[in-house]
Amino acid sequence: MAESTPAVPEWMLQGSAGAGLGGAKQRRASVVQRTIQGLSRALRRSVFSEQIAARDGLLQGIDPRAKTAGMLGLLIVAAFVRHWYVLLALYSVTLAMAGLSRISLGYFIRRVWLFIPVFTGIIVLPSLFNVFRAGDPLWTIWDFGSEVHFGPWSLGSSLAITKQGIEGAVVLVLRVAVSVSLAVLLALTTRWADLLKSLRVFFVPRIFILILSMTYRYIFLLISLASDMFTARVSRMVRASTPREDRRFAAASMGTLLGKSHTMSDEIYAAMVSRGYNGEPMSTHRFSMRGADWAWLGAVALVAMFAAGGDRLLG
Amino acid sequence: MHIPDGYISPQTAGGLWALMVPVWYTAGYKVKKALNARQAPLVAIGAAFCFVIMMFNIPLPGGTSGHAVGGTLVAVVLGPWAAVIALSVALVIQAIFFGDGGILAIGANCFNMAFALPVSGYLVYRLLAMGSQPASARRWLSAGVGGFVGINVAAFFTALEIGLQGDLFHAADGSALYAPYGLSQTIPAMMISHLTLVGFIEAAVTALALVYLQRTDPGLLGSRAGQAEAARGTFKLRPLIVGIILMVIFVPLGLLATGTAWGEWNTDEIRDELGFVPRGMESFAGIWKGILPDYGLPGRGGGFWASVPGYILSAVIGLIVIVAIIMLAAKLISGRSHKARQHG
Repeated sequence: MAESTPAVPEWMLQGSAGAGLGGAKQRRASVVQRTIQGLSRALRRSVFSEQIAARDGLLQGIDPRAKTAGMLGLLIVAAFVRHWYVLLALYSVTLAMAGLSRISLGYFIRRVWLFIPVFTGIIVLPSLFNVFRAGDPLWTIWDFGSEVHFGPWSLGSSLAITKQGIEGAVVLVLRVAVSVSLAVLLALTTRWADLLKSLRVFFVPRIFILILSMTYRYIFLLISLASDMFTARVSRMVRASTPREDRRFAAASMGTLLGKSHTMSDEIYAAMVSRGYNGEPMSTHRFSMRGADWAWLGAVALVAMFAAGGDRLLG
Repeated sequence: MHIPDGYISPQTAGGLWALMVPVWYTAGYKVKKALNARQAPLVAIGAAFCFVIMMFNIPLPGGTSGHAVGGTLVAVVLGPWAAVIALSVALVIQAIFFGDGGILAIGANCFNMAFALPVSGYLVYRLLAMGSQPASARRWLSAGVGGFVGINVAAFFTALEIGLQGDLFHAADGSALYAPYGLSQTIPAMMISHLTLVGFIEAAVTALALVYLQRTDPGLLGSRAGQAEAARGTFKLRPLIVGIILMVIFVPLGLLATGTAWGEWNTDEIRDELGFVPRGMESFAGIWKGILPDYGLPGRGGGFWASVPGYILSAVIGLIVIVAIIMLAAKLISGRSHKARQHG
């Protein structure tokens, strides 16, 4: 939905926008602010994605059905692979695909790594130690001498980083990174409408696809409604609000939004009926598979075979 | 609570996909029957609503903020089956487009947040609010309790799915292939945070939104979907029970297939292997023992209850770390969005 531009002026989205709202309590007042920022970020991100999808690159040129099937295949392979070097190889394949699709590698790597794999890495941290998972100690940090008891709980006789812990952590982080990369590549290089239509290949019922595409459209309408409500709230505030007030406001916005959505769905239904909707969605869009699309599927199959086969050979 | 790809094994993810297909089918059928052709815009808008309210920041005690799911609220207004579809659609869009939750994990995430959450929340609401007036205090209190139960049920299933990985999927040398923690670690970690904090947020938001609707839009609380279901008593416990039994059958089936890489996707093959079912039941018994008191972690010894203080400690440390990460990530992301703006 490229035509919808963020309704909130840029200056309001800056981190310091709430500066006028006053002093010590400013951190708390920014809950409303943060929501506006989040809502606008979602809009901006989707506009940016549509721009990338409109570029002329490798993945953009492939039939959405073939692309979705290929990415799903690679995703499944990545889920089964057990060795970190195979995962690393798959990750480099995703980097190559991003490069060939004219996605800035800096942006791609940041987008993939910034949140989920880093988050995963920190979640996985405790599992490196023998206290949380038993394993062969690789590096003993602290030797207690004898078994240490913490209440009824035994810490064991030493605190160590285990070989199994490190291998497990590396495999998990790489697997998440490869999976996220594949999903991001698919989402960035395909127009949303095409992506949804391609789901027909996977026997998704038409009514679900209709609902998905309508939902996607109305998300932006509801986002701008919500963002208007929050902006109006910020504009009317003369002092920082208490968390209690903020909670009430959030709940009231949810209630209002639900009421508005409900009314809107009746209006939309009436509009659809007046244009000839009888319960069965129609589409005029046609996809066609070309040589390049089959070549892409072949290449994906090859990569999958190498990865799965290599993983098997390595034991 | 959105499980990313890579955390759970394909066996678990596939099992939960297989479980969700009949749930979606049932939900589609029920909604179609209750709402006719009107279903499409109503459910679509409901889904868009779920998506947007998951972006609302709610202030938490202690200066941080979290977001509510609102699944129980949607179930109360649209009916539980419409809520199943609306939340599933919202989760699919989050997964594919916004990278929130994995794609192979869609089955798992939908099971937790689009099925277990609204259905259990709604059941509690119905049981407690039975026969009360739409404008009564009992309504919003019931909805609040429903919200609390719903999100905790979802958190429990999430912990179960992630925890099974640590207990069951290992390479030959014992290193973890997926999420490394066992049930005895994930269940306390998830449940402590949800029982003490997140659950109350969801409860407060659900109840407050209901109070607001009672005051401003009481028609919604007796909406067509809810009324039709209440009048005909179409909402039955049976699908839920069938669902849970299926879950119990499917998940261990997946677990058994650790040795063979590709076969477990094909249910025909599984059916051909006659030996599977009894072994599945055996494995099922093993899983549930994990939650019962006499469970001990391999190589550590000691009973479950003997280890409780350790788990609480790890959960507290986990919580502190997670809060720190979220604050750090928020900083990093606001920096990134600034860059993205320059790009675009």
